Amino acid sequence: MPSTVPSIYYLIVSALIFAIGAVGVLVRRNAIVIFMCIEMMLSAVNLTLITVSHYLNSLDGVLMVFFVMTVAAAEAAVGLAIFVLLFRGRKTIKVDEINLLKW
Amino acid sequence: MIEGTIFYWVAFILTALIAVFAAVMVITRRNPLHSALFLILNFLCIAVLFLLLNSQFIAIVQVMIYAGAIMMLVIFVIMLLSVEEEERRRKIPVSLAQVIGVVLVLMLLAQLVGGVGVQALPGEQGEFTPERMAQVGDIKVVAGLLFTKFLFPFEIASILLLVGIIGAVILSKKER
Repeated sequence: MPSTVPSIYYLIVSALIFAIGAVGVLVRRNAIVIFMCIEMMLSAVNLTLITVSHYLNSLDGVLMVFFVMTVAAAEAAVGLAIFVLLFRGRKTIKVDEINLLKW
Repeated sequence: MIEGTIFYWVAFILTALIAVFAAVMVITRRNPLHSALFLILNFLCIAVLFLLLNSQFIAIVQVMIYAGAIMMLVIFVIMLLSVEEEERRRKIPVSLAQVIGVVLVLMLLAQLVGGVGVQALPGEQGEFTPERMAQVGDIKVVAGLLFTKFLFPFEIASILLLVGIIGAVILSKKER
């Protein structure tokens, strides 16, 4: 087995992608872009889990990533349906203009 | 052996750089469709990192579910809503809330990097060494765990997906 890259570099890359995703969630106004940034953050967390599970020779992290992906898929289906519904009602998906719970 | 090490380093640095670049492009592009395409690039790079970490199953699932299914759905919705026009306005002024948000995220990043940097990772070693995984096969081991130790979460996940399907259909159903 050739020696691989130390785990800490993977964790730093994952932290960077997570932070960029968080910036996107806070700064962008388009709901779909915010949704995509949340997916990016989930994927960065997956990278952390896989890294640590590789480091510890364990498979628990791999299984947890599997379930995170399931949740992400369900979230995508429901979230995008909500965006379509919002667009139908308000003709916009900019989060600044979506400020009512009921209309 | 030394060629293998060099390969790992080169592949890691290249994919990590492309992944971070694509992540920056996702949050800076005006057009949501460009963001979506860069996000697919980011997901593919993370799949390559999963491969470098010796988990082939998750890498394939990443490509199929994230880069395939979820992003297909996102691009479909972007095209359905045709929101490109309203994003193409002149420059939006940066608000104070956004600046504060970015500062907070930078502090979070410093915490994350500092947290993993100052000490070695704790925890006890498990039994699934790379040698054993290579012998039995990644998917076989994962499937074995999934249907024994993680059977209950697996069933919960299937119920969650069912609820997601029903929710999506009911939400997007036209009234009357």
